[in-house]
Amino acid sequence: MGKKELDTRFARFGTVSFAGVTQVNDFVDYLEDGRLMGTKCNHCGLYFFPPRAHCCQCLSGSPEWFEVTGEGRLVTYSTLHYAPAGFQADLPYTIGLVDYGQYKVFGRLSPSLGEDALHVGMAMKAKADKTAAGQVTYVFEAA
Amino acid sequence: MGKVGIIGVGQTSFVRQYPGSIRELVFDGFKEAMADAGISSGEIDATVICSAPEYDKQRSPAGVLSEYLGLNPQPTFYVETLCSSSSTGLKLAYSLVASGLHDVVLVSGFQIMSQLTSEESQERMARGADIQWESPFGTMMPAYYALHAQSHMASYGTSPEDLALIRVKASTYGQMNEKAVYRKAVTPEMFSDPENKMAQPVSSPLRTGDCCANADGSSCVIVASEEKARALGRKPVWIKGVGAASAPVNMAGRKDLSHLSVGREAARQAYAMAGISASDVDVAEVHDCFTIAEMMAYEDLGFADPGKGRDLIRSGQTYKDGKIPVNVDGGLLSKGHPIGATGGSQIRTIVLQLRGEAGAMQVDNPNIGLVHNIGGVGLYGNVTILGLD
Repeated sequence: MGKKELDTRFARFGTVSFAGVTQVNDFVDYLEDGRLMGTKCNHCGLYFFPPRAHCCQCLSGSPEWFEVTGEGRLVTYSTLHYAPAGFQADLPYTIGLVDYGQYKVFGRLSPSLGEDALHVGMAMKAKADKTAAGQVTYVFEAA
Repeated sequence: MGKVGIIGVGQTSFVRQYPGSIRELVFDGFKEAMADAGISSGEIDATVICSAPEYDKQRSPAGVLSEYLGLNPQPTFYVETLCSSSSTGLKLAYSLVASGLHDVVLVSGFQIMSQLTSEESQERMARGADIQWESPFGTMMPAYYALHAQSHMASYGTSPEDLALIRVKASTYGQMNEKAVYRKAVTPEMFSDPENKMAQPVSSPLRTGDCCANADGSSCVIVASEEKARALGRKPVWIKGVGAASAPVNMAGRKDLSHLSVGREAARQAYAMAGISASDVDVAEVHDCFTIAEMMAYEDLGFADPGKGRDLIRSGQTYKDGKIPVNVDGGLLSKGHPIGATGGSQIRTIVLQLRGEAGAMQVDNPNIGLVHNIGGVGLYGNVTILGLD
């Protein structure tokens, strides 16, 4: 028997991915197909974003995929003028947190949104995207 | 269960480019604490070594460092909770002594950071957050705290000028602290001058002046049982309360970003254990890795109601002669922040304050002191209450 090949699809997520192997690797394929997905426990109904392979509330369910759709509210944001190693080429860029009610999603805001256009509480929607290097990711745009 | 006391404290100066290895750095802080306690190595029953990993190449530093300190064959433990590692170490030492397992335990925290570039250091720090779901977006510590600052500003109307006042206060005491890496004065005008370094944007709304500096340093705290502390001579400072908490690593798991839940929860535990409330605290060291962190600490610790922290700094109530003096040693903002050493340095400051040995930074006759030390972006939080009785 040959060495079992690892499923490293998650290495394709984000500007720099720091985790290659996870049991929620399908996230990357969904994103490639244009769908941002979280997981929801099929037993207790708890929503997870970021997606999880296990439910820490009931310990018995098995989380299933759901799509992040519709509008969320911008909880907070920040524009970086300085970057950690590996991200300098992206500067400046804006990160933010969006509240969808039953879960929140952290990510980048679209570079087309100037910082002056942003305010806490504004309606946002997520969109699957690709980085300049072709990695899969998602961005928030004004809804 | 008997009381547990602190019988010795020490720290190196916090510097850029420490000219030595982690062994030598740790020895310098250790030697000062041993001289302070007036004891010999034979009195130490166990060591707790604290740092955050991946800033130097040494794996499992507890074994290497306890040997260099001359503390073999005593047991040694390695503790890591990022920036709160050495206050977590203090809690472990407290537990080891309070359980009766050991009589005297030494806690040493250290970090050498300035051998990395600032960009490398930011990348290491960010990997203390969620590497799977957040780091791929290019996060770093100043950006995470900036998210909290933006939220605090939107919720309560806190302004960048309010945050600048916290840095100005830090510099007032940093100038007096010979152990601090940043000893220059900082004025509000520096923040309003776009040409000034303090005003340079790092991650909006935080500017260079809102951020502490990486540094190299070590700290050391020696803890003893009541019986041993009294037998060894000098008047101990007692550990009256130890609170500790954890929180979701991903920002998406946080209910609200205008505070740190670990600060609130650890404070609740520590106040309950000590049987005191916020108004009983005479002097405090809080985790001001960024100006917004000190602002949130005022509120999380109950020194001010949520959203009212700005009134404390605007009215100067957290200066040495104010209602609740906070970080009157310059804080992380002026002292610098060698991650693993920071908690022990904060504890040292409060011990010196309670003993009346803080020199120019001395608060008038304090009886109860508090140390608030946060690890990561509010991932871990420790609140420790110290007192003379």
